[in-house]
Amino acid sequence: MATFDYYARRPPEHGHDHDPHAPQPDESAGPPSEFEIMSRAMQELLEAKDVVTAEEIRRRMEIFEEDFPFRGSRVVARAWVDPAFKRRLLEDGRAACLEMGIPIEAERLIAVENTPEVHNVIVCTLCSCYPRSLLGMPPTWYKSRAYRSRVVFEPRAVLREFGTVLPDNVTVRVHDSNADMRYLVVPMRPEGTADWSEERLAGILTRDTLVGVTVPRAE
Amino acid sequence: MMHAVRSAPAQSSYTPAPGHRFDVGDRVRVKRVHPPGHRRTPFYIRGKRGVIERVCGAFPNPEELAYGFDGEPCKVLYRVRFAQHHVWPDYAGPPQDVIEMEIFEHWLEPDEGAVG
Repeated sequence: MATFDYYARRPPEHGHDHDPHAPQPDESAGPPSEFEIMSRAMQELLEAKDVVTAEEIRRRMEIFEEDFPFRGSRVVARAWVDPAFKRRLLEDGRAACLEMGIPIEAERLIAVENTPEVHNVIVCTLCSCYPRSLLGMPPTWYKSRAYRSRVVFEPRAVLREFGTVLPDNVTVRVHDSNADMRYLVVPMRPEGTADWSEERLAGILTRDTLVGVTVPRAE
Repeated sequence: MMHAVRSAPAQSSYTPAPGHRFDVGDRVRVKRVHPPGHRRTPFYIRGKRGVIERVCGAFPNPEELAYGFDGEPCKVLYRVRFAQHHVWPDYAGPPQDVIEMEIFEHWLEPDEGAVG
């Protein structure tokens, strides 16, 4: 394996303007960014060439918002009621989702299980990698510089701000989703839900519980 | 102290990349280098010591993909587990907390020394 020593030097003071994974500034009320203008121009060109219609693009975005955000909840609810499915989900998340007819856009999905001993939380410090085909678009806070920089070195303080206070005997396991894997937290099933239907269980498996910043509650 | 880091979980069912250099449980050190360009190894983990948590498989090299090349040859990707107290000397949580991330093989070297 080649050594990288000949590369070794300090990083440049400023980031790379064209790096698609460079930290993004938080949403602001300013004028449209260069990327928004480029995206708009591209859409108009594709429409002018009859490749896509505005209606198709709008419908696609609508599906993204109507369906995708609820897939993760369905998958984990199934895992809660079906131990064999849960085993398969933890072993190979992508294959298990396909069983439910849910294709995962990433190569691999790693499902990580919360237990009385371990609490998992997901972040992407480099950009905003997120299991979009299971949870939809990432929330603004997930992409914020504050969350991305803080949850790796003070996860317990960040979780507390989300209302999740963990005792010291629980291991906090932070997953920096920085390359080709995507992650999904499988929370613990709360007590008092033994007779709940899969659909009702899915209702308490909110987005934030599947990222690991909160835990589902039966009430 | 380091119990959680040392007890790596069992190998997953993912097809291991042929010819991978490290196995689950191996101690590794992330190279402390600062090459220019697109890299997926966060700065905060460079130079840190951890344990292979799983072998993810071989993937196109993002350092080539980023510049319009095909990413070949593929590089073996690992998940590496690090003790939070090792990564952040001022870490405020209990000793067993860990952080895990994906590191490509060419960023890793064997760590013969003690972790921590």
